[in-house]
Amino acid sequence: MNISENNFEQCLKCTVCTVYCPVAAVKPEYPGPKQAGPDGERLRLKKPGFFDESLKYCLNCKRCEVACPHDVRIGDIIQAARIKYSKKKPGLRDMMLANTDFMGTVATTMAPVVNASLGLKPVKAILDGVMKIDAHRTFPKYASQKFETWFKRHAQAQQARYAKQVSFFHGCYINYNYPQLGKDFVRVMNALGYGVQLLDREKCCGVALISNGLIDQAKRQAEVNIASVRRSVQEGRPVIGASSTCVFTMRDEYPHLLGVDNADVRDSINLATRFVQMLLDSGKAKLNFRSDYKLRVAYHTACHMEKMGWAAYSIELLRHIPGVEVVVLPSQCCGIAGTYGFKKENYPTSQAIGSSLFKKIEELKPDFVVTDCETCKWQIEMSTSVPVQHPISILAAALK
Amino acid sequence: MNFDVVIIGGGLSGMACGIALAERGKRCAIISTGQSALHFCSGSFDFLGYVNGFDVETPATTLAKVIPPTHPYARIGADRAIAIAREVPAFFERMGVKVNGSIDRNHYRITPLGIMKPTWLSLADFDAIPEKARLPWSKVSIQNIAGFLDFHTAFVADNLERIGTECSVSAINMPEFDHLRTSPTEMRSANIAKVFEGNDDAVRHFAAIVERNAADAHAVMLPAVFGLADSHAVEVLKQAVKLPICFIPVLPPSVPGIRTQITMRRRFEALGGTYFLGDTVTSARMENGKVAAISTRNLADDELRASHFVLATGSFFGHGLEARPDKVVETLFDADVVADGDRDRWYNHEIFAEQPYMSFGVATDATFHPTKGGKAISNLYAAGSVLSNHNPIKEASGAGVALISALHVADLITPQQQAK
Repeated sequence: MNISENNFEQCLKCTVCTVYCPVAAVKPEYPGPKQAGPDGERLRLKKPGFFDESLKYCLNCKRCEVACPHDVRIGDIIQAARIKYSKKKPGLRDMMLANTDFMGTVATTMAPVVNASLGLKPVKAILDGVMKIDAHRTFPKYASQKFETWFKRHAQAQQARYAKQVSFFHGCYINYNYPQLGKDFVRVMNALGYGVQLLDREKCCGVALISNGLIDQAKRQAEVNIASVRRSVQEGRPVIGASSTCVFTMRDEYPHLLGVDNADVRDSINLATRFVQMLLDSGKAKLNFRSDYKLRVAYHTACHMEKMGWAAYSIELLRHIPGVEVVVLPSQCCGIAGTYGFKKENYPTSQAIGSSLFKKIEELKPDFVVTDCETCKWQIEMSTSVPVQHPISILAAALK
Repeated sequence: MNFDVVIIGGGLSGMACGIALAERGKRCAIISTGQSALHFCSGSFDFLGYVNGFDVETPATTLAKVIPPTHPYARIGADRAIAIAREVPAFFERMGVKVNGSIDRNHYRITPLGIMKPTWLSLADFDAIPEKARLPWSKVSIQNIAGFLDFHTAFVADNLERIGTECSVSAINMPEFDHLRTSPTEMRSANIAKVFEGNDDAVRHFAAIVERNAADAHAVMLPAVFGLADSHAVEVLKQAVKLPICFIPVLPPSVPGIRTQITMRRRFEALGGTYFLGDTVTSARMENGKVAAISTRNLADDELRASHFVLATGSFFGHGLEARPDKVVETLFDADVVADGDRDRWYNHEIFAEQPYMSFGVATDATFHPTKGGKAISNLYAAGSVLSNHNPIKEASGAGVALISALHVADLITPQQQAK
């Protein structure tokens, strides 16, 4: 019988969560998930003064929750405590990193200038010295045309010819940085006999706002998104995202951390690879593949993918493609955790967390690392010599 | 999703069953709510350590004479159980796990408090100590890592001195540990192991200090905090220290146990198995008295269908069984249980006495199918601690029942000779 949220009374203090915490192993300033989560919560419930700002070192990867034998929502306890008790207000840098929508809109308009200047040494030095954004980081390039703009100009008109329809939650990364993945998604869905629509209104899922403490804004965006999702579902279109983190955030973080109720539509928010793999598995749709496709890929399970428990769908989907050899990397955090790794104070932690993964990738030397998460892509491309692709892009390239 | 066999529970029993079936070409899935009790494992596997409070010396010859007919070993058949036990070292060897010990003669393991307990197999880290009454060495050096609170050298020394061992105790300091001590609560076994992971220089540096501290001792006793992802650090350390090293398990989490979990999962996945970690089975769909499919929290509307299902959910700790105010239930299928109807008889108030609830478990027919309303569920099999009529603590039989019943069930599903 639980009287508190997040199942925290089920904690036996067995410490298994701490074993699998990527931060505790490399950053002793972080007290580890058991202490920061259920143990600390017992104290905080007594007296809020027991809140410890070191909880900011939590990546919110949720690997503690996946490891917990008693289903305690340790990560949620930690994030909820930060929301409830933290006195620290986000500064300019955190606001900029968190506001992916605003930054993206400005940057895509001036993409060539922004891309060129973000790569310049003096700019990097200012970002590093003044803004505390680590100079080792390469900013993801901004696209000169947003995905939404491309879609409306070149794809939208053709979508009505398909009997079955889905809505696409493209997310900030596809919209501002990598429209190609969105184009690949449209191509795959069309090949499966599905038309693709945009949501009436789409805001950034808010994951970066949550991790940077901008909770009110995150909540407002969540409400806009869920209202759009609801309308889409009522009109018979399930909502599909390509990013494991956007999908996870909308399904689980909205109700657990932001108090935004999505119970009526949660099951209609799906991940692209899961939707496609289930469709192919059911025999209701078929894809025609090229016969000359040869690729060796290593699949990396992103943290929120691990938490959703859906890596098997992406792996099976890749195995479904003739000519693709799939190696599965041991599931571990790559260290970036969204905006976390961009912050100067987190850079060494971020790289230490990922180091064994990078080593493994260099040993395997696959043609591509494949993952469902865009920030893992940045981290792995920055830290290894291997390019990273999304499973949907691999699938699109293999189509006839 | 479709599989040949779906195994509910990812602990020692579930993984052993999954690996055995995958070795025979079966497409298997394992669902595990979280990490398993292997994280609390001593590093040794007991088969049958005690009968009526007395140590069992030769399990292979004793079993048939002492085992009650309802016990899982008796239901497998004492001879068959011993035959399976003989296959286990090779089964582990195929995963790359080396073990010491034999079913013909129990050896002794040292507990975290320095007590000697009979056991069947020990991971190669640990010495198979032949006698209870004395160690192979008359003088030992017990060394801890300064600030590590889960290894109690004073207790260990005290208990080993009682069996005539001269003990000296020392603590080791290295710059690498300063980093860990920043957060004393996180100076735990797994984080210490991570310091040495892939860092042979640190292991050799540690070994040099160990040798210096050991002086004229005949052996060194160290906490078992080496080798998390594989046993490389253990091997480097054993090579670098000239004296024999006797590892002693520490309070949880167990580094050798975690390594066993990681190794078994890796083996299962390398054989093509799918391991769903952090997921929970929410319901089962029955058709004509058989399990047609199960549903999980994460996979939601995508059912897992299979020809065979294995119930390896564990006992109370693993949530395979649940004690309600008036009865004990099997949580997933509401299968029949062997349990006392009178709650007052569940416990013995003497805490160290035999506890009746420890022997509660699911009722099965002769071929390990759980029954419901007295009728066997013909494509469901039970394995491990969810089984009734054995007491893992009082018999020291937990790992044995987990492994032997799992391999027996794998044989029932796909006999070895029929394997691809």
